[in-house]
Amino acid sequence: MIRAAITALLLGAAAPLAAQTIAITGGTVALGDGSEPIPGGTVVIRDGRIVAAGANVAIPRGAEMIDARGKWVTPGIVAGFSRLGLSEVDLSADGTTDDKAQNGPFSAAIDVAPAINPLTTTIPVNRADGVTRAIVAPNVARSIFAGQGAVIDLGADMDPITARRRFQFVELGETGAATAGGSRASAHVLFRNALREASELQRFAVPVSSAGAGTGEDPVVRDPNESRLTGPNARRSEDVLLTRFDAAALVPVLQGRQYLLVHVERASDILQVIRLKREFPSLKLVIVGATEGWTVADRIAASGIPVIASAANDLPSSFEQLAATWSNVGRMRNAGVKVAIGMIDDNDTRYLFNQRQYAGNLVALQKVPGHTGVSWGEAMAMLTSAPAEAIGLGSQIGSLGNGRRADVVLWSGDPLEMSSNAEAVWIDGVRQPLETRQTKLRDRYRDLTPNTLPEAYRR
Amino acid sequence: MIRRGGMLLIGAVLLAGCTQQARPKKAAPVAINEDPFPSTYQRYPGAPTVIRGATIFDGEGGQIDNGTIVLADGVVQAVGGPETPVPAGAVEVDGRGKWVTPGIIDVHSHLGDYPSPGTEAHSDGNEATAPARPDVWAEHSVWPQDPGFSRALANGGVTALQVLPGSANLFGGRSVTLKNVPARTVQGMKFPGAPYGLKMACGENPKRVYGQKGGPSTRMGNIATTRATWQKAAVYKRKWDKYEKDGGDMPERDLAMDTLRGVLAGKILVHNHCYRADEMAIMIDLSKEAGYRIGTFHHAVESYKVADLLAKEGICSAMWADWWGFKMESYDGIKENIPFVDRAGACAIVHSDDANGIQRLNQEAAKALADGRRAGHNITDASAWRWLSFNPAKALGIVDKTGSLKAGKMADVVLWNGNPFSTYTRPDRVWIDGALMYDAANPRLRPVSDFELGQPGEGDVK
Repeated sequence: MIRAAITALLLGAAAPLAAQTIAITGGTVALGDGSEPIPGGTVVIRDGRIVAAGANVAIPRGAEMIDARGKWVTPGIVAGFSRLGLSEVDLSADGTTDDKAQNGPFSAAIDVAPAINPLTTTIPVNRADGVTRAIVAPNVARSIFAGQGAVIDLGADMDPITARRRFQFVELGETGAATAGGSRASAHVLFRNALREASELQRFAVPVSSAGAGTGEDPVVRDPNESRLTGPNARRSEDVLLTRFDAAALVPVLQGRQYLLVHVERASDILQVIRLKREFPSLKLVIVGATEGWTVADRIAASGIPVIASAANDLPSSFEQLAATWSNVGRMRNAGVKVAIGMIDDNDTRYLFNQRQYAGNLVALQKVPGHTGVSWGEAMAMLTSAPAEAIGLGSQIGSLGNGRRADVVLWSGDPLEMSSNAEAVWIDGVRQPLETRQTKLRDRYRDLTPNTLPEAYRR
Repeated sequence: MIRRGGMLLIGAVLLAGCTQQARPKKAAPVAINEDPFPSTYQRYPGAPTVIRGATIFDGEGGQIDNGTIVLADGVVQAVGGPETPVPAGAVEVDGRGKWVTPGIIDVHSHLGDYPSPGTEAHSDGNEATAPARPDVWAEHSVWPQDPGFSRALANGGVTALQVLPGSANLFGGRSVTLKNVPARTVQGMKFPGAPYGLKMACGENPKRVYGQKGGPSTRMGNIATTRATWQKAAVYKRKWDKYEKDGGDMPERDLAMDTLRGVLAGKILVHNHCYRADEMAIMIDLSKEAGYRIGTFHHAVESYKVADLLAKEGICSAMWADWWGFKMESYDGIKENIPFVDRAGACAIVHSDDANGIQRLNQEAAKALADGRRAGHNITDASAWRWLSFNPAKALGIVDKTGSLKAGKMADVVLWNGNPFSTYTRPDRVWIDGALMYDAANPRLRPVSDFELGQPGEGDVK
């Protein structure tokens, strides 16, 4: 196992075993697209991609066969909003947290990608529980803009980045007000000023080269540290608040080439975000949080803005979450909002594996009078394809549709039951190690009978 | 314990009256009122009720399929099979396809002292002004209007809970055990007859909070201050014991020392926040040196490393199913901690320390149960329910009153709409002392705190 992991590290991510075909047969297959699970289904993986999934799938000759009878097969879970890979230990462990730069000079220009550590123990622990991709956002420090987030995979290799600088993250609720000096009004002026400063710079922007851009869905964000933007021709007004790098980083946001994730919870704050869309039609907005979203669900639906919501909020834990209820997700979904679930400010550095528990709890609401639950298939989609689609990666990850990256999990049973566990995980078609620091500690202390040597010699 | 305190007071007054006439020698001792903020909780009226056809976990490890349970006069009257005699006129509840369990008891909550909304004005859980504050009482911080109580009831099936001071201090103060029944005052929620607890803490928190405020700034500093405080308590106890026996000049009263004396006398139970195995072992020796017993280690992320020691010492561990790594002392958390403690024969408890986690302690237990089974600890669902009601009741000193479904015990009961170890299950009804306090089918049987009145979402399903 250890050797396998090291080998994987040396090979790097981009090395799904060449021309390998895998057929996972006989399991209950959930596609992750909102449909209900298919009993006795088959999933075929070839060269790191899904080539077929569902009932009546032909099994290619020579495929490695995986018997999934009695088990469930789903796309890997996409952590809908996280700080995964940015923190090893969250409190009083100097040097191990990179989710925010409390004393740094930059904001929007920050890019989390260089800070992601694929060997952080939070990655294997979540991988072992079926989380295969994650949307990773920085935290705000001294500005409403936190910086640019990435999509990562949780593979046991040294290349975690799926999509770098996929989005900009901004706070426009209570946290935004606090970082803007103390009021929401200030946050909104700062936001508009930042876009004004970006618009000044955008005429110096370099046309996007097709090289390396890949599909049209790949991030078309130039490096904000790009020299041409900072050259002598890129003149700026004198009354600027943002550093040049920060203003430059907002150019792709303004141009609608980079997603803008906006964290708001309160109904009135959500409506302000919808108004932003009218004021700046090119913005590609995603609302994050939206605890009170159900109270304005029709208007969110009409705006077409997708939502990544916290499923598990039901307390008025702040004044911007007074209307919190577990039914928020179901009600928004019924109103036609595109909803995914994430862990917004909810132990987002490490407990992403609990998203499936939350999804199961959303299904549970169907049985509770007065509540609005979601179907099993929808709940699974909210964990997989919905977050991927919210940031435009739905054709790449998050489902077992043909051509998707082969992120597949074989579960011992229904994955929305916490009693089920991940028995096998593939990322980009590569079978992943499921050993973690936790399983090693478990095995060391499984038997407390004194031995001929101390515990430190057991592994 | 509390009642005995009251009796003592009356006894002392009578005694004083007699001895004065006989021979005026030493003044008789004035007894300290050990219960100055007495419980005013009264159970609400409940109709005699029978639940038939349910799967019953009795809380002590037993399971009855197609079970019948009878609740009346605030207590469990009978638990058994379909043949169980039922009083005429009892309200019939169809329990087929449903589960009945004792109400969940959370031994570690900060509801009320860190309430929602979590504004600075509501932050009342840590008297972080000195590392030893056994004089503060959590009940004096509890805001009964915390909306969290209702969520713990309706979503969590929690019928009793211990509210503790935080862990900034080595001696955080007294805890209070509450019935999860809304009231205008904290006294109206206090669990009648429940002993007090003392919150203690080891490890990172006290040294982090006091490192720049005069100390302790190290773990050895933590232990030194803790030992010195107990030494003071021993002197205080000797002085007061002598005074209560012999009378004379009343020694100076010290609220902090009153609490520690109560611990040394075995009247107040010790709840020790402690993550690391090595620190638990030190605290055990320290407790023996000081002359008290540790009841429960809270958080106890590394209990699995010393489960044999904890079993031998008879100390409970209150644990999370899967929390780890949020600080260094939780870095070695494993998902099998709870089942490994149980397997060693030690007392395992699932606790929350969290206003959200308290709403799904049954699911947290389900995770631990499944991880334990995969690691070879093959216990039944019914047995795992001990972690949620019987063992916590034991840790709180109320196991003679609640925590399991035995005739004569308080009728603190949850009817679940499915197997409570499933993510698809929610409470259907909750009874506390036989009174129906929550019914998923009846919006009028859903507590709404004062705070929530007139706010968006008032009275909504939560």
